[in-house]
Amino acid sequence: MNRNLVWWMAVGLGGYLLLPWYVADDGFWSFTWLIGGAPVTADYASGLFKGLLHGRPWLLPVGVLLIAPGLVIGRPKADPVFGAALITIGALGLIYIVGQGFTIGISGWEFPGLEQLFGPTELRQEGMGYGALLASAAFLFMFTLGFAARGAIKGDVFVVGSIGLIVALVAAFVFFPVIRILISAVQDNDGSYAFHLFFPKLFDGKIWGVACVTSGLRCGVAWNSLFLAILTGASSTLLGLAFALIATRTDFRAKRLLRVLTLLPIITPPFVIGLAVILLFGRSGLVSQWLWEFFGVPPSRWIFGLPGIWFAQTLAFAPIAFLVLIGVVEGVSPAMEEASQTLRASSWRTFSTISLPLMRPGLANAFLLGFIESLADFGNPLVLGGNYDVLSTEIFFAIVGAQNDQGRAAVLAIVLLAFTLSAFVAQRLWLGRKSYVTVTGKADSGMPVKIPARVKAAVYGTALPWAGLTVVIYIIILFGGFVELLGRNNTFTFRHYIDTFGITQGEFGLVFSGLAWNSFRTTVSIAAISAPLTAIVGLLTAYILVRQRFVGRQAFEFGTMLSFAIPGTVIGVSYILAFNVPPIEITGTGVILVISFVFRNMPVGVRAGIASMSQLDNSLDEASLTLGANSFTTVRKVILPLLRPAILAALVFSFVRAMTAISAVIFLVSANYDMATSFIIGRVENGDFGQAIAYSSVLILVMILAIGLLQLLVGERQIRRRTDVVAPVPTASTGLAA
Amino acid sequence: MTSNAKAAAVRFDGVTKAFGAVVAVSDVSFTVEAGKLVTLLGPSGCGKTTTLRMIAGLEMATSGRVLIGEEDVTALPATDRDVSMVFQSYALFPHMNVIDNVSYGLVVSGIAKSTARAQAEEGLAQVGLAGYGKRLPSELSGGQQQRVAVARALVLEPQVLLFDEPLSNLDAKLRRRVREDIRELQQNLEMTSVYVTHDQEEALAVSDRVIVMRNAEIAQEGTPHDLYERPTDVFVADFVGDANLVKCEITRIDGEDATVRLGSIECTLPHRGLSAGEADLAIRPESIRLGTDASTAGIAGNVRKAVYLGSHVEYTVDTEVGDLFVTDPRADRAIVAGSSVMVTLAERGVVLVRP
Ligand SMILES: Nc1ncnc2c1ncn2[C@@H]1O[C@H](COP(=O)(O)OP(=O)(O)OP(=O)(O)O)[C@@H](O)[C@H]1O
Ligand SMILES: [Mg+2]
Repeated sequence: MNRNLVWWMAVGLGGYLLLPWYVADDGFWSFTWLIGGAPVTADYASGLFKGLLHGRPWLLPVGVLLIAPGLVIGRPKADPVFGAALITIGALGLIYIVGQGFTIGISGWEFPGLEQLFGPTELRQEGMGYGALLASAAFLFMFTLGFAARGAIKGDVFVVGSIGLIVALVAAFVFFPVIRILISAVQDNDGSYAFHLFFPKLFDGKIWGVACVTSGLRCGVAWNSLFLAILTGASSTLLGLAFALIATRTDFRAKRLLRVLTLLPIITPPFVIGLAVILLFGRSGLVSQWLWEFFGVPPSRWIFGLPGIWFAQTLAFAPIAFLVLIGVVEGVSPAMEEASQTLRASSWRTFSTISLPLMRPGLANAFLLGFIESLADFGNPLVLGGNYDVLSTEIFFAIVGAQNDQGRAAVLAIVLLAFTLSAFVAQRLWLGRKSYVTVTGKADSGMPVKIPARVKAAVYGTALPWAGLTVVIYIIILFGGFVELLGRNNTFTFRHYIDTFGITQGEFGLVFSGLAWNSFRTTVSIAAISAPLTAIVGLLTAYILVRQRFVGRQAFEFGTMLSFAIPGTVIGVSYILAFNVPPIEITGTGVILVISFVFRNMPVGVRAGIASMSQLDNSLDEASLTLGANSFTTVRKVILPLLRPAILAALVFSFVRAMTAISAVIFLVSANYDMATSFIIGRVENGDFGQAIAYSSVLILVMILAIGLLQLLVGERQIRRRTDVVAPVPTASTGLAA
Repeated sequence: MTSNAKAAAVRFDGVTKAFGAVVAVSDVSFTVEAGKLVTLLGPSGCGKTTTLRMIAGLEMATSGRVLIGEEDVTALPATDRDVSMVFQSYALFPHMNVIDNVSYGLVVSGIAKSTARAQAEEGLAQVGLAGYGKRLPSELSGGQQQRVAVARALVLEPQVLLFDEPLSNLDAKLRRRVREDIRELQQNLEMTSVYVTHDQEEALAVSDRVIVMRNAEIAQEGTPHDLYERPTDVFVADFVGDANLVKCEITRIDGEDATVRLGSIECTLPHRGLSAGEADLAIRPESIRLGTDASTAGIAGNVRKAVYLGSHVEYTVDTEVGDLFVTDPRADRAIVAGSSVMVTLAERGVVLVRP
């Protein structure tokens, strides 16, 4: 008997017979059904009893399909009938569950044709609950078990199962919502199809106009976004590289401080940087005042527009580039640099012809991240944009603004998608098919080589002033929370902190009376749940992409990266459209927030994983496999420990993004699940800058603690003991010159 | 019969492996007897590694069957096969110390940690690295890393042990010693082993049998002696050891024998299935005798080059059948370049080969 099959049959049948099929009204996380009469009573009935007793007879075939694999359970795995039967049953089960979910809606038949065919129906659908979830999972894994038995991916059950799982999740939480919103591109606001509106919307002069080249008028938002994204991608990659080099290849003394500094912007809600930039460089900003006083430069609104957004985005995204690049810079094998130096290359030549090209995959990834982040960024353009409109804010205003034109939002989203996909393709072409394996199983014992003097000067020259600026901005953010109103009334006060995070002694013990506690608790727990999930899904995907060859791999990669290419505003709207009706009904819950974070941030885990993993020699995995470890053990014992930098990057990034994200969140929060960022935006709109800044400082503090904790938990990858930096060996040419 | 109960035979039965349009291994059949070391030898890209990886289960055959012992493992993944492999790059896990590397296979197969450690220590002792357990792979020399890789594969006492060019990262002296160590260990433990190399000397030195591959197919299989003495075709004759390949003419077939005319001399050789007419002859350099006496029968030639190498002399001789490369162990009686010589052939080391 096949143990895997027995297990999935048990899971599926258990879910079908015992657990509530639908989500009860009291929510997904409520467990009242345990004592509420499950699995029989109407509210909490399992699939079987819903079918038998509560007017949902179409659920009965599910049970039949779940028992069906029993027919082949005795057959050996190698028997072709075994595989074929599981594939068939799994596919039928999935199709049936999805099919019934979409044909029968809250108010009967979903498609008018069906009503004509079968007549009106009294049948009603609700959102899927535990029972439906387990049954679907069982069908999915029966399906993948069948494929593994037929020899797919060398018969590897774990890998085939993982691919199946990721495909299913991405289909449900990326493709389905995207298709949903793309359909709205050809619909008018009432939901009827209006194809003739599509092209006029697509070629609108507001999107593609080039008036800014020839006259003083504004250019189209598409050009604006593109130009900004290229600037930001380049500047953040360069800065990230500079910081990574300082951290690993120099004897700069305050490295730790530098690391903290580069992390700060990433753990700051984006619009907070925007606010600080305004407080510094705005018309009544500190720097502007100072320039006026001492140099007679009249204060102006120059910061609002391209310079301001670019500036704030670079501050915000350089740290992401740094996190990606530090793993890559560390991974460049010292042996290769030493080899180059012994080939009489000067240290500059070594750096430019060996080290830098070896970092190429990392640089490309960092640029791609910065580019897409910039396109998708919503907070900074909102605060600093001025007259410089970009796609993401346009989409937002198309939906929430007076226009309320979903079709236009969808068209803008398509344009945005085209940009990010082009970036993706360009990166592929640029990297080519060279092998960048530098951590091989053949251990090398060299030490990281110092960077040459020229590079060092350049690196210090860019990184240090930037670091200084960051310090100033954070002083502003910290200081702003302790004064009445920064710039206007600089009297010291604790008022803002008491208003937000006050704890008072009440009648029945301590009362968390501060306004922020509710959203704060939600934010921390949602972030803590979604970070590990994101890391797992992201790194698993990276493993599959780098290490496995299978038909449709390209499509798989595209699918998993897609969510990153969609700006949060669009994700937010599409989730609302897709998930406020059955079969997946999760709007207004915490689940939708977690899911949106996991699938929005997963690509970062994938990218970080891919960059690190393509530096790991494949024979390490193969050695583990031939030593009898299965691929799950191999991932756990060999790959993950060598991927610590990538794990850390994925965990930190997803935790922080969950705490600081605003664009998708603003659509998905509800009274029960308010998030910190939307609360802060609310404060800003009210003019309570003090409270907003105070709350932000607390968030930043929490994130610093969390990152420290994560770093401690994940640990460093130990592959060589000597980590100290050696000075470059004098090469023949420099030796002679000296 | 072997005393190692676990060692199992490996059998390939019409196995083909294609990567898209590239056929890396084409309809290959062979058997590796239990307890024997068989080498896959051939030029770069001929499919050796792919064959080896199919035994390991790291590649799956496109068609045909792979058997280990009595079991058909064609569809079995690497994890489920009782096969260990020593990689060209060693593939030591850089984040684990030596003892953890060696005990890895034991631990993941569910053996208690302390037992696994003890066995790993034993394995390390076998390869002469007792006491190195605490070090990281990066703290070992290349040769030591190589031996750790061997120990890691050995301790599992696999049915089959695979080596993919295990010596290519070592220097020549070390290579000789390590290959002797590997051979000795393999013979003592009577492990079924399959060994990939493109170094023909290494192949002859370590193997019970050698499989010579060319363009995804088997060119010839046999003992080292067979291959050297009786190569079937020009390719094998040339690839295994040095050979002078010259055109000759078979004048008469008589039972097993063929009368062969080469220039002005005639000799009798096994015909090996060839029929009368033009044929290819492979002559080992050490099977050519050079005489200075112009009156003996032979092919007249002229020494163009003579290189003294201490243990022997290498000559290049111009003759009517072409340039001949000759080695002669009698270094003290070297013939100087420019001399006229008469070329005769020795009894062994001269064979008719297929084109
Ligand atoms: N994963 C792969 N995808 C496509 N082609 C491959 C793959 N692996 C091997 N090949 C091709 O199959 C052929 C045989 O390769 P293989 O690695 O078995 O050669 P080899 O005999 O081990 O050579 P070498 O001595 O150079 O290691 C080559 O032409 C190679 O290009
Ligand atoms: Mg090879």
